[in-house]
Amino acid sequence: MSALLAAAGSLEPAARSFLSPTGQEVVFLLVGVAVLGAAVVSVTTKQLVHAALWLVVALGGLAVEFLLLTAEFIAWVQVLIYLGSVVVLVLFGLMLTRAPIGRSPDADSGNRWAALAVGLASAATLVTLVVDAFRSSWIDLSAGAGSTRATGEYLFRYWVLPFEALSVLLLAALVGAIVLSRNGKGRLPRPRAGQLRAAVRSAKAPAASKGR
Amino acid sequence: MNLLDTLLRCVATLVAFLVLPLVVGQTEHKVMAHMQGRLGPMYAGGFHGWAQLVADGVKFAQKEDIVPSGADRRIFRYAPAVALLPYLLVLLAIPVGPGGFVGQAIDAGIFFVLAVMGIGVLGSLMAGWASANKFSLLGGLRTAAQLMSYELPMLLAAASVAMAAGTVSLPGIVDAFHWWWLPWQAIGAFVFFTAGLAELQRPPFDMPVADSEIIFGAYTEYTGLRFALFLLSEYAGIVVVSGLTTVLFLGGWHGPFPDSLGWLWTLLKTFALAFVVIWLRVTYPRLREDQLMRFAWTVLIPLALVQLALTGIIKVAIS
Repeated sequence: MSALLAAAGSLEPAARSFLSPTGQEVVFLLVGVAVLGAAVVSVTTKQLVHAALWLVVALGGLAVEFLLLTAEFIAWVQVLIYLGSVVVLVLFGLMLTRAPIGRSPDADSGNRWAALAVGLASAATLVTLVVDAFRSSWIDLSAGAGSTRATGEYLFRYWVLPFEALSVLLLAALVGAIVLSRNGKGRLPRPRAGQLRAAVRSAKAPAASKGR
Repeated sequence: MNLLDTLLRCVATLVAFLVLPLVVGQTEHKVMAHMQGRLGPMYAGGFHGWAQLVADGVKFAQKEDIVPSGADRRIFRYAPAVALLPYLLVLLAIPVGPGGFVGQAIDAGIFFVLAVMGIGVLGSLMAGWASANKFSLLGGLRTAAQLMSYELPMLLAAASVAMAAGTVSLPGIVDAFHWWWLPWQAIGAFVFFTAGLAELQRPPFDMPVADSEIIFGAYTEYTGLRFALFLLSEYAGIVVVSGLTTVLFLGGWHGPFPDSLGWLWTLLKTFALAFVVIWLRVTYPRLREDQLMRFAWTVLIPLALVQLALTGIIKVAIS
């Protein structure tokens, strides 16, 4: 643990004042405000696809925050996974099902107050936790502190167990998704040339009901 | 001084970004024409029609900029920029020669490049949705499906090179290159280049813009300069994918006299690959949508995994 603390740099309360922020901190705060704004617009807009695109802005802003904290590798992974894959998947789903241009009046839910309460509660928990954990400690943001090498060393030297546990969790999610997406009714025969799928199904159905 | 240096590098990258795609485009005109027994452009500019693309650009700039009345105007207008800018950013990170001959040296270069290239597809999706046209929507859908299938083998192939070199920085990978990497990483090179072609929606993977069925996919409603920007992003994409394959798999600046002529070898290899891209367009018919998906999931991904295992085994054996 002491090695970890040493590797993470000094977490001592800093002999620094909050009243004279550096340029980096000012930019960090500004980007943070932009991310918050984009996130709020993303959940309040009535236009479905615009919500997904505002999500792009919010997640991209988060990547910029990681960059400002010198965690370059994490920033690019954020862009790769969230912007490149998750948002594309969301847009794909929207376009595949329904993606009206303009406002969709039914994009509203009676649960929105409950959702707001849950969101505020979880945000309050996280903020309290983080503030209590770090208080007024300063992390050294010298160049290279969050480089790929440093990140790799943290992940595979100090945090191997959580990392592997997470991958097991993802595997479980993957298997679950496969199980959910297969319907348990048994497979239909593959359609052959010159034979309609519907005809095959109706021919088989009476036999199956007789068996039961 | 430092700021000036950065600015100069950015300007040089911008110039390369504006010139190289045009060169590739002109080459495509002429190479395709000669492969099909034609002459191609012969008049613009005098000598073998060298100014054809300049003339095209002037023509595009003069056309009326039309936004369909049912379209989502703002997203419709932003889409070409979202499609084009990522390639400019990627070009910034591709090393051309040894000793810092690169736009900006980025620590996690491979990740940067692949991540930013993935954003470009958002441009096609935005264009496809915002046009309020069923052909555009179909094209956007196909684009998304194709991207999601082909990004995985591309990442796996790139990961194999990163494993072999022991670094994720692009100049670092070229530094670590030896000639015997060519046979060692051959499968990965094939997978990467093919998946890159598919991400660019170049023939034979041009189902999303299949002109004989869905007009021009996501770009159907675009005219004038915005349409030209989409075309430019396709050719910039060819430069970027060829350049990346060169850097990752063909040894970048390695060749005779790498210190003085390194940039020349990188450019030559890049253009050789761009020629292959054009050649494939002329040679192969378009893959059907299901063939396209099956090719990604049942051929490219297993091949990429085989390459990853091979890289791991040999890496452990020689270290």
